[in-house]
Amino acid sequence: MTDASMGIAPPESQFKAIWLQFIKHKGAMFGLIVLATLIVLVVIGPLFWHPEKLKVVEALKSKNLGPSLKFPLGTDHLGRDTLQRMMAAGKVSLAVGLVAMTIAIVFGTTVGVLAGYFKRLDGPLMRLTDMFLALPLIPLLLVMVMLFRDRIAGILGPEIGAFTLIVFAIGMTSWMQAARIVRGEVLALKEREYVLASRSIGTRPRRVILRHILPNVLSPVMVAATLGVAEAIITESVLSFLGLGFPPDFPTWGRLLYEGLDYMQQYPARVIFPGLAISLTVLSVNLIGDGLRDALDPRIRGR
Amino acid sequence: MLTFTLRRLLLAIPTLLLISLVIFFLVDLAPGSPASEIPLTVPPEVRAKILESLGVNQPVWVRYLLWLKQFFYVEPLNGIDAIFGTNYAEGMQRIISYQSRSPVFGIIADRIPQTLTVIGTAYLVGVLIALPIGIYSAYRQYSLFDQLGTVFAMIGFSVPTFFTGTLFIIIFAVYLGWFPTKYDTTLNVTDWDSFVKQLRQMAMPVMVLGLANAAAISRYMRSSMLDNMGQDYVRTARAKGMNEKVVVLKHVLRNSLIPVVTVIALGIPSIFGGAIITENLFGVNGIGSALIQAIHGNDLPMVQTLAFIFAILIVLFNLIADLLYGMLDPRIRYD
Repeated sequence: MTDASMGIAPPESQFKAIWLQFIKHKGAMFGLIVLATLIVLVVIGPLFWHPEKLKVVEALKSKNLGPSLKFPLGTDHLGRDTLQRMMAAGKVSLAVGLVAMTIAIVFGTTVGVLAGYFKRLDGPLMRLTDMFLALPLIPLLLVMVMLFRDRIAGILGPEIGAFTLIVFAIGMTSWMQAARIVRGEVLALKEREYVLASRSIGTRPRRVILRHILPNVLSPVMVAATLGVAEAIITESVLSFLGLGFPPDFPTWGRLLYEGLDYMQQYPARVIFPGLAISLTVLSVNLIGDGLRDALDPRIRGR
Repeated sequence: MLTFTLRRLLLAIPTLLLISLVIFFLVDLAPGSPASEIPLTVPPEVRAKILESLGVNQPVWVRYLLWLKQFFYVEPLNGIDAIFGTNYAEGMQRIISYQSRSPVFGIIADRIPQTLTVIGTAYLVGVLIALPIGIYSAYRQYSLFDQLGTVFAMIGFSVPTFFTGTLFIIIFAVYLGWFPTKYDTTLNVTDWDSFVKQLRQMAMPVMVLGLANAAAISRYMRSSMLDNMGQDYVRTARAKGMNEKVVVLKHVLRNSLIPVVTVIALGIPSIFGGAIITENLFGVNGIGSALIQAIHGNDLPMVQTLAFIFAILIVLFNLIADLLYGMLDPRIRYD
């Protein structure tokens, strides 16, 4: 006798259910498509688009051009192809968002799990979180970048140095939300029977956390992570916008916008393209986060 | 309530001390010290004198304690002197900016009116736009208006203020020429003409910040209204035969405003952070642009003091939000 003959459908996999709910969310699908397009353009684009290297004289002649067949988005004040720079900048912007978010989530989850699971650590760790929440973040980030930029650039080189510093600074100032969410979840989870059962047979805390707690806090963490990417991209572009971000030969979208500001009145396209790219990325990431939140919530799913 | 307030105030002291420690040491131990600003051609004994006059030849903790004393004791006394014409603080050393060699608090007092006019108006405008949108979106949930509101809020969340700001400048200042691109801080409002001028130059920064704030607040308002619309007391009010206006604007709105008011209070310190960008973009000569100038000029006392003031604002408004919540919502009692 098989399942089918008894009229019981085989249990759906959880991922399939989540995916089915996710694709119902119109905004999230729009976000996914836009983000995928942007990523494809930024990652695969440079493989197909490599404009010939201009000589200095040619570059001088072809500065500040409008869009044309040769330069689809025009050129900048040094005769560089804007499309190529946009693609290179996008790679860095997205990388900053992803890496900074990873740092924030890993650190935040660790703090949250420790605070939620071990009562002794709860007080100190949560006071630490509160203190970080009370820090004026944008001013502190600016100060950190300003003061440590040269020293770190001296050790790691200007490009990797700027990347490391900014990613680390953003990550270490945005983990608090994740820590709070995870702590709340862990506090509730650790009173559940299965955790109690696991502890009663002598499982060590490390194993309980890795085996039973972490998989169950995954969904709120995933939502927080998605929204964290958007936040990190905005923070990075704010730093670049204030002139305290990446060096000019290693641009991000924020940096391109900052460079375009001086030419805003004559060549507004130079500001609009990077700004649009940032806004579209952040918008689509936010929409995906929204969709994920709905899809991962079992109370909404299946309705 | 009183004991709760006192306890929270007392708890805020160690938090603030810890924050001041973090800010002071982060800024102070960093490599960009004033010593590196002095040219190498200056002879060593002169260099030592310069450092001594800046007060940076003492150990770090001495300077920290001195700064704390200046911040919490000398500067308030100076404030009292300035207001009442007394001279309690005479002869006491104030926090001096490296850049301008004048007291940091003097510069801040000069700058704060600009920030408050622009940022304060922007926040007010944001709240005034957000509340009606939120209320009507919730009342007509899933209507066209609600969906437009959702799109508006999503865009408001996602488009960073520096981009809306530049777009506004390109559209309204460069193409249409309605508003000036730069904010003129020296303008004095004396008659009708200068008042109109002031309104025109404030329009763009206020709209940029106001829209960004309105996006978030309108969402809070909407979800708070939706929470209350389904409650029993609303059905009771309708069953009594009250008209919709009274039900929505009196019963539901009052209860829905409770969480929104705390959100508004919580948002106030963060707008000072956001103001840094707007002030920089439009050339408003407020404390945000003072901070940027100080950072670029390695002006450590100015940076430390401003960052700490931001921190105090955050802690203060967190406390205010908690207290407001307790006062407005009778279900929440802290005793």
